[in-house]
Amino acid sequence: MSETRWNRKHLLGLQDLSADEIRFVLDTAHSFKEVSMRSVKKVPALRGRVVVNAFFEDSTRTRMSFSLAAQRLSADVIEFTEKGSSVSKGETLVDTARNIEAMGVDVMIVRHAAAGASELLSRSLKCSIINAGDGAHEHPTQGLLDLYTIRERFGKIEGLKVAIIGDIANSRVARSNIWGLTKMGAEVILVGPATLTPKAFASVGCRISHDLDAVIGEVDVMYMLRVQNERMKSAQFPTVREFTKLYGLTWDRFQRCKKGVFVMHPGPMNRGVEIQSDIADGESSGILKQVENGLAVRMAVLYLVSQSGKAVSADS
Amino acid sequence: MQATHDQRDFQRLLNTLLDKIVALVKPGEPLNLVGIRTRGETLAQRLVPLLHDRGITEIGFGALDITLYRDDLSEIGPRPLVRPTVLDFDIDRRPLILIDDVIFTGRTVRAALDALADFGRPSAVRLAVLVDRGGRELPIQPDAVALSLGELPLDQVVKVKVAERDSYDGVEIERRSSHESHE
Amino acid sequence: MASILIQNGTILDPSQQLQVKRDVLIEHGRITRVDSAIDSKGIKNVIDAAGQYVTPGLIDIHVHFREPGDEEEETIASGSACAVAGGFTTVCCMPNTKPALDNEAQIEFVLRESERVALANVLPVGAITKSREGKELAELASMFQRGAIAFSDDGVGVADSSVMRKALQYIKMFDGLIMQHCEDHQLAGGAMHAGLVSTLLGMPAIPAEAEQLMIARDVLLNRTIGCRYHVQHISSAFSVELIRRAKQDGLPVTAEVAAHHLLLTDESCRTFDTNFKMNPPLRTQADVDACIAGVVEGTIDILATDHAPHLAEEKELEFPYAPFGIIGLEPALALYIKALVTPGHIDWMKLIDMMTVKCAQIVRLPRGTLKEGSVADVTVIDPDLKWTIDKEQFVSKSRNCPFHGWDVIGRATHTIVGGKLKWRLN
Repeated sequence: MSETRWNRKHLLGLQDLSADEIRFVLDTAHSFKEVSMRSVKKVPALRGRVVVNAFFEDSTRTRMSFSLAAQRLSADVIEFTEKGSSVSKGETLVDTARNIEAMGVDVMIVRHAAAGASELLSRSLKCSIINAGDGAHEHPTQGLLDLYTIRERFGKIEGLKVAIIGDIANSRVARSNIWGLTKMGAEVILVGPATLTPKAFASVGCRISHDLDAVIGEVDVMYMLRVQNERMKSAQFPTVREFTKLYGLTWDRFQRCKKGVFVMHPGPMNRGVEIQSDIADGESSGILKQVENGLAVRMAVLYLVSQSGKAVSADS
Repeated sequence: MQATHDQRDFQRLLNTLLDKIVALVKPGEPLNLVGIRTRGETLAQRLVPLLHDRGITEIGFGALDITLYRDDLSEIGPRPLVRPTVLDFDIDRRPLILIDDVIFTGRTVRAALDALADFGRPSAVRLAVLVDRGGRELPIQPDAVALSLGELPLDQVVKVKVAERDSYDGVEIERRSSHESHE
Repeated sequence: MASILIQNGTILDPSQQLQVKRDVLIEHGRITRVDSAIDSKGIKNVIDAAGQYVTPGLIDIHVHFREPGDEEEETIASGSACAVAGGFTTVCCMPNTKPALDNEAQIEFVLRESERVALANVLPVGAITKSREGKELAELASMFQRGAIAFSDDGVGVADSSVMRKALQYIKMFDGLIMQHCEDHQLAGGAMHAGLVSTLLGMPAIPAEAEQLMIARDVLLNRTIGCRYHVQHISSAFSVELIRRAKQDGLPVTAEVAAHHLLLTDESCRTFDTNFKMNPPLRTQADVDACIAGVVEGTIDILATDHAPHLAEEKELEFPYAPFGIIGLEPALALYIKALVTPGHIDWMKLIDMMTVKCAQIVRLPRGTLKEGSVADVTVIDPDLKWTIDKEQFVSKSRNCPFHGWDVIGRATHTIVGGKLKWRLN
């Protein structure tokens, strides 16, 4: 066991974590998975602590996952959902968050449409901040649960070839996974149209391909990203039909995948678009595992960031 | 650092503990043995074959990580690694013996009792520890002890060493350094 | 008006290519004598400028004073105070106020307010189009006659090519000057430079081509028209190249660069600190190097701050939503020194040239000289003064400055406008 301990008050992204820290979180998540298999799926670790889900952007599943995770740690959970830019409502994000914090919050989970929003709050508030997705920047718990799921499936991450397919440019899930996977020693191949796979990622160690059929036979993991309709409107991609033709995981493509390939998706899926239904529901699919592991990972993250107001000190 | 007991003494202590545990057990009754991580688990693992030799064979074995049940979580600073709790036996309506290396304030045992309560309802829970160093902060006392050190000054730390983890067996008393966590 | 004698200083006058120890006598608002040793008998105000440079008053042709409309951010009064505190005697303020400076009354307002405040000379730049909407020409000739020093829709460029073409033709009519904020409308909308950093951060971004496109378009439009045309806040390497080529072709193009595009890159945005958010954005080191090279070779003619005040609560937003801009008047001189003079890229004469004579020439202002008889706009500069930029000490109403805490060398110690001492360093 490594001598690493967790020292961070916030989890804002995977770009700043070391491989040791990531491993520590995954190992901790492993213990929390065990909690979820007991009949009494609760531990008192965060009893008396207040956790707020501050979601300024829509999301049911991530919010529910965090909510349940916090409850399993016996924390008190408050839900705060407010769509729309804070600017239009007249109150700034920082003001809104400070008002919430004033009620006595230990951990704030933040999802927001603007990159850097959770970082802004970590500078402006006193409580711990967990980034549940900030614009296209990062979605660290998603990255962690994906790493956990891959490790669970293959027993390791190092040396695996992982293809991330679809709209990389606008995806926070892609970015967090790129950081996590490269740090843990996997080879990442980004596949998508030129308009959606920025060349800049080559400089952080990713391969870039616009031809899915060319790489399909060599990858261990096929990570499919959601196709978003907004991209059609902003001329980044012509039609859904063409996208599926070039980058969809059809049954035919699936046959040409490596034996034992693992198919993943962050959800929600567009069945029939980026992924065929029977593949999503089949044996090679880790999609439901991702959700299950998401709970354990989020419990681990909540547990790790919630330290008291005291700074980390040598004296215990 | 003062080594109070070396390898040979350790074996004697373990045997003393074994005798006292046997005295707690009704013959023919199934028994659950749960070691508190981490060294309590090691001791419990050693006790199982010794209990077999004494004719107690129906033993359910488990390991308990109490990190998530501690009442001083806010004070222990950087989070240590939480390990899974493994209790693969029928817990209800059977006697259960908790094993730990050292009892001090009693808070670890309290946490263990809380954890067990989430798993079920043993018919009785007994506590067996290798060393009692005094300093209780809760009304919790062991049912079986191998070594009583009286009330040790608070600036001293008792460490039990086991070959499986530390490459030798022994009991040591040290002056507390600023890095020690309060057990 | 009391006379002022500046003794023992070294005058640095690029208009005469003069760098020599001289005393300067100011009487009745004009420089009456520049000589080796002027007797101070009978003169009440004597400034000992030993070890310091005496230069023509510094000029900044690109500032934003938020009056009318956003007076809490800055006013003509507070902005003028910033100017003189930075050593500037004349500034040109942009028309993106609320309402815009797009008619005679607004131009008159700025001029009168500048006179009333009586610190630096504040000269208004009129909008090119009504309300800066880019559709219909504003009353350009009337504004010009009233005293608008130039025209710009700054904040945005004129997006419609046919409108721009007409603006060039119209303004050429009275030999006016267009200052353009070069940014293609359709490529705009991002929050930082489109490059490696923005890609890794997942931040909406503005490609350098947005700036280059409009420069190229305007240069082409202007080929057959020849209106005086000035590129504001240049920031990208190829933009410098485009200006270089246009000048080689003999077109009446000039360009300015701000301190932050000579000192900072998009790497600063990694912390999402909005004090590093401006338009055009901070770009790469290659762009910084190209701008410095542009300054050295003269492709970039002058330095300008693009002083853009915003309150803390306005900037304390999510990075993509925060307003663009930083203040710049007070630390400007020290930052230009740090970026250009200290590393040895240019010497003091050229620095002052780019902050005085060349500015005056671009806006056709009879300033920027210490010749006897000229209006006494004079700045005294201590080139060796070490100080630390402390934004809390600024006279600006705003504090949005990324250079807070920087140790710098060089500072104006006296600012004289129209023969009166308007500011002195304590």
